[in-house]
Amino acid sequence: MADVAATATNLPLEGKGLRSASWWGMLCLIATEAFLFVYLIFSYAYLGAQSPGRWPPTGPPSMLLAGPDTIVLLASSFVLLWGVRAFDRRRAGGVLRIALAITFFMGVVFVAVQGLEWRNKPFGFDASSYSAIYFTMTGIHMVHVAVGLVILAALFVWSLLGRLGSRHQHLMLGALYWHFVDAVWIVVFTTIYLVPRLS
Amino acid sequence: MAMPLAEDLRARERIKLQEIWETAPGIYGWFATVDHKRIGVRYLCTAFFFLLLGGCEALMMRLQLAQPNLRLLSPDAYNQLFSMHGITMIFLYALPMLSGFSNFLWPLLLGSRDMAFPRLNALSYWIYLCAGIFLYVSFPLGQAPNGGWFNYVPMTAKPYDPGLNIDVFTLGIIFLGISTVVGSANFIVTVLRCRAPGMSINRLPILVWGTLTASTANLFAVPAVSLACFMLWLDRNFGTNFFAVSGGGQPLLWQHLFWVFGHPWVYALVLPAMGIVSDALPVFCRRPLVGYTLVAISTVSTMLVGFGVWVHHMFATGLPALSLSFFSAASFVIAIPSAIGVFCWIATIWTGRPRFDSPFLFFAGFVLLFVIGGVSGFMTASVALDWQLTDTYFIVAHIHYVLLGMNVFPVVGGIHFWFPKFTGRMLDERLGKWTFWVMFVGFNLAFFPMHILGLIGMPRRVYTYPGGLGFGGYNLVISIGAFIFATGVLLLLVNVARSLRSGAAAGPNPWDAPTLEWSVPSPPPPYNFVSIPIIASRHPLWEDRLNETDERSILGSDVLLDEGKETLAVTALDAEPDAIMTMPGDSLLPVILALGMSVVFGGMLVVNWWAVSVGAVGVAITLLAWFTPRVSGGAERQAING
Amino acid sequence: MKRRSAVAGVSLLLGGCDGTPLGYLDPAGPAARAIAGLGWGLIAISAAVCLIVLGLLSYAIGRERPPDSGALGGGSDRKAIRWIAVGTGISTVFLLGAAIWTLWAVRSVTNATTPPGLIIDVTGHQWWWEAHYRSNDPSREFTTANDLVIPVGVPVQVNLHSSDVIHSFWVPRLAGKTDTIPGVTNRTRIQAEREGIYRGQCTEFCGLEHAHMAFFVVAKNPGDFNTWWDHQLQSTTVDAANRGEQVFLDKCAACHAIRGTPAGGILGPNLSHFGSRTTIGAGALPNNSENLAYWIDHTQTVKPGSNMPSLDLPADQVAAVTAFLEGLK
Repeated sequence: MADVAATATNLPLEGKGLRSASWWGMLCLIATEAFLFVYLIFSYAYLGAQSPGRWPPTGPPSMLLAGPDTIVLLASSFVLLWGVRAFDRRRAGGVLRIALAITFFMGVVFVAVQGLEWRNKPFGFDASSYSAIYFTMTGIHMVHVAVGLVILAALFVWSLLGRLGSRHQHLMLGALYWHFVDAVWIVVFTTIYLVPRLS
Repeated sequence: MAMPLAEDLRARERIKLQEIWETAPGIYGWFATVDHKRIGVRYLCTAFFFLLLGGCEALMMRLQLAQPNLRLLSPDAYNQLFSMHGITMIFLYALPMLSGFSNFLWPLLLGSRDMAFPRLNALSYWIYLCAGIFLYVSFPLGQAPNGGWFNYVPMTAKPYDPGLNIDVFTLGIIFLGISTVVGSANFIVTVLRCRAPGMSINRLPILVWGTLTASTANLFAVPAVSLACFMLWLDRNFGTNFFAVSGGGQPLLWQHLFWVFGHPWVYALVLPAMGIVSDALPVFCRRPLVGYTLVAISTVSTMLVGFGVWVHHMFATGLPALSLSFFSAASFVIAIPSAIGVFCWIATIWTGRPRFDSPFLFFAGFVLLFVIGGVSGFMTASVALDWQLTDTYFIVAHIHYVLLGMNVFPVVGGIHFWFPKFTGRMLDERLGKWTFWVMFVGFNLAFFPMHILGLIGMPRRVYTYPGGLGFGGYNLVISIGAFIFATGVLLLLVNVARSLRSGAAAGPNPWDAPTLEWSVPSPPPPYNFVSIPIIASRHPLWEDRLNETDERSILGSDVLLDEGKETLAVTALDAEPDAIMTMPGDSLLPVILALGMSVVFGGMLVVNWWAVSVGAVGVAITLLAWFTPRVSGGAERQAING
Repeated sequence: MKRRSAVAGVSLLLGGCDGTPLGYLDPAGPAARAIAGLGWGLIAISAAVCLIVLGLLSYAIGRERPPDSGALGGGSDRKAIRWIAVGTGISTVFLLGAAIWTLWAVRSVTNATTPPGLIIDVTGHQWWWEAHYRSNDPSREFTTANDLVIPVGVPVQVNLHSSDVIHSFWVPRLAGKTDTIPGVTNRTRIQAEREGIYRGQCTEFCGLEHAHMAFFVVAKNPGDFNTWWDHQLQSTTVDAANRGEQVFLDKCAACHAIRGTPAGGILGPNLSHFGSRTTIGAGALPNNSENLAYWIDHTQTVKPGSNMPSLDLPADQVAAVTAFLEGLK
């Protein structure tokens, strides 16, 4: 502690990197959002456990659309990872923008296919407790994807304008959020599509 | 080696920092300020205003209940009153009041110039204000929430409660939850990042431990109630079947989600208040807190266990005896950390030399009320006994000993203690003592007989009761006590109003207290500290006299950080200097964002998608503006640093 | 009424049992008795803790100290912390004891080995109670409301249902609360040790008239109980000459039922043998002719928000229907 003053003036500015304030802030956001999904899954399990009839009432949902859709979403994370790495190591703005664009596109595909999946459901929102929790859980996830898309678009524009300097952590934080949204989908997908097949 | 700074240099620095940190004057500054002290005072005033509102509601109910079979209030009016009383006190007063203290005090306690995210801080206040107005705006129309603060379905489902009342509740609680989560995240990051060098986690004031614990819990607990409210809103407006039995829904799902949130929330309402006592009581005992580490650990462990006891609110719902027994046992366990806290406070008084200033009275009174509220909690933790106690006035007594005894008394004590720091003036000591005794007597007169009422079987949430059940006499005493208590609150208001104008000047440290906030002028300047202090112990201002070690904190160090709006970022555990944070200046974005959200929630209330869309687009644009990377900012600094 | 003497002193403070019909610390059934014992025990522990802390606190504040030198106290906490450990240890022992006692009480309440001698289906309605008496012989089953008559000394299983929102079934002197939850059938058990009328109460907030949702458990000796049951099964005979009955069929039958007459409404309480009930409107008024006449015309004054409208009948019709209902003993 002795040399605080001497070091203080030479300290870097709070910026990029783990354990910066913004990084902790994003972690807090992710923690609270993760718990939202914990409670959604709790509700799903509770309604299922208490339901007298079959759960889901129409049998395990088909993975015909959701399976490939999941792969698209997960793959998008790797594309983004690739772009961010390239930017971090070589300041490759072009690569970053290509990656952002592809990720954005894959996200849009995910949402579109999910929309199709919704339309194909034989039941409506108000049909049963299952339909309520199904549409709500996937819907809340979709809202998260939509927010992620806005973030990706913003990052793309900021990158074009040269606003993503070395000190800025917008890219890292935006990517972190996108990875979180993808990771949550794995859990949601497991809950809705895989678990009913196990029982 | 960090050196003390010469006095003439400090004077020059003060002028320089004042220019950098000062909020712009006028209306613009009023809306745009991000100064944690101004936001803190706003929190305190707004929360106190809600306390008065909730108090008036309580007094109206006490008039109605003073005797059997009174008809001053219709059942509808009574139900809205008791619901709004609960919602106001629990959501709009108790936590925001503590947030007010923490907002004002944290950076001062921690040796920082502001919170980690000053604009987020302003945002959480504005959302709180908007959500409070949202919850109240339907009151004059007779459409206020009327399902209690616990809002059990299916009574609150559309068929049984078709008005807007419950929609106001569900959306208002979700809205307010955003404020809570945003504020909590800010507290957590602040303690991880914005401290003085040397303020390692074993030197944090207990108030910081309390608020940190509460904030962490909020982060995990609030989504549960937000989700439950969202589901209920869907059930009510779109015919979904989360809770509707006819469509396979489960009414008990609401109770699980609500209490998973509700129980930790109750601890969030008392742990920071207990922190206030742990920090301030020792000042009047002229010694450091006994068992600092024990108290800090108790604080955290209370919350940890607190996440596993929610079912003790559901003992009568017919769950299997085995699971009831588990939750009952867990609820007993939670008494242990509380007992440790009580013993530590008593030991502090015992081994200290109490000085009977008004704050001391509130804190010592708190210890007794804490124990009474604690043992009644211990009784309700017993599942078998709780089958009798639950939903009687015994629980009303318990919750008020908890929420008034453990929240209001420390808070009012805290107001007496920190008022000089907030305003630069002392409260009147004599009036302060009167305030305590009137409040203390009124409180016990109002709430102790409720235990007995509960034991003789008076159910809670009834707008009236028949004669012949033995309730009348106790209720009359309770109502009289309530008005005496209210008189005490009035005395406090008089004291504050008088002292604001003509109180004695306080000086930086009127109580001769040990912590950092007392090292700066009262009220503190916008930049808090001329130079970042360097900390060597838990009580920087008492080091010379306690002489525990040879190390000394350096309060007037030469770590100035005056090149811009800057403060120091440190490592999470050991508080080693890590980086320099540039802080944002005044901004209208927080208030605009809160207004945008209000439009969204207003639109949801009347299910008008146009309004929701307009609001959502506004919110999105504001957020983009908020997060757009600033081009300049730290550039100059980096140039200086080479 | 014989009361346990140990209880008597404190009971006086609590108002005494005669004046406090909902006082569960004066039990009249085995379940309530197990809990009351636990209750007194925990109250004693709690009171002792409060007094001890008050003593410690007072002594800590007021104890004599050496003259003030202005110095700060401090130094090692070790000795104080040793005492804190002792105090916490003692507290833990008592907590453990309370937990074990609690588990024992839970067991003794929920692990009833004797089969129930009677099963009643109770349904909570906004804001009254429906009771359906079960029997092996379907012809002996019947429905009544707001009064539960049970035989003394016989364990009675109550199956709890709800027709609308959550209510809670509570007869404090016989047993603890159990919620009635839509879509769920909860069970509880009541047993009265001696004859008497035990007040019950809804204790889960259930809307406007939650305050007026009482009921009464009437414990009769088994002989009287059987007579009562037989009597309940007797139907009212249709009598076109009975003006009160005609008014009832005309104005009340859409919501209320009376066995033996065409009145078969199910929205309100079944009023067969209404004249023998203890109260009107689920505890809103004691049952007598004067109150009933007032109730019929002023329902919304006595119980505002209840689902029964104030009927505004001509005085002679009120008198007739009152006489009719009160005659249904």
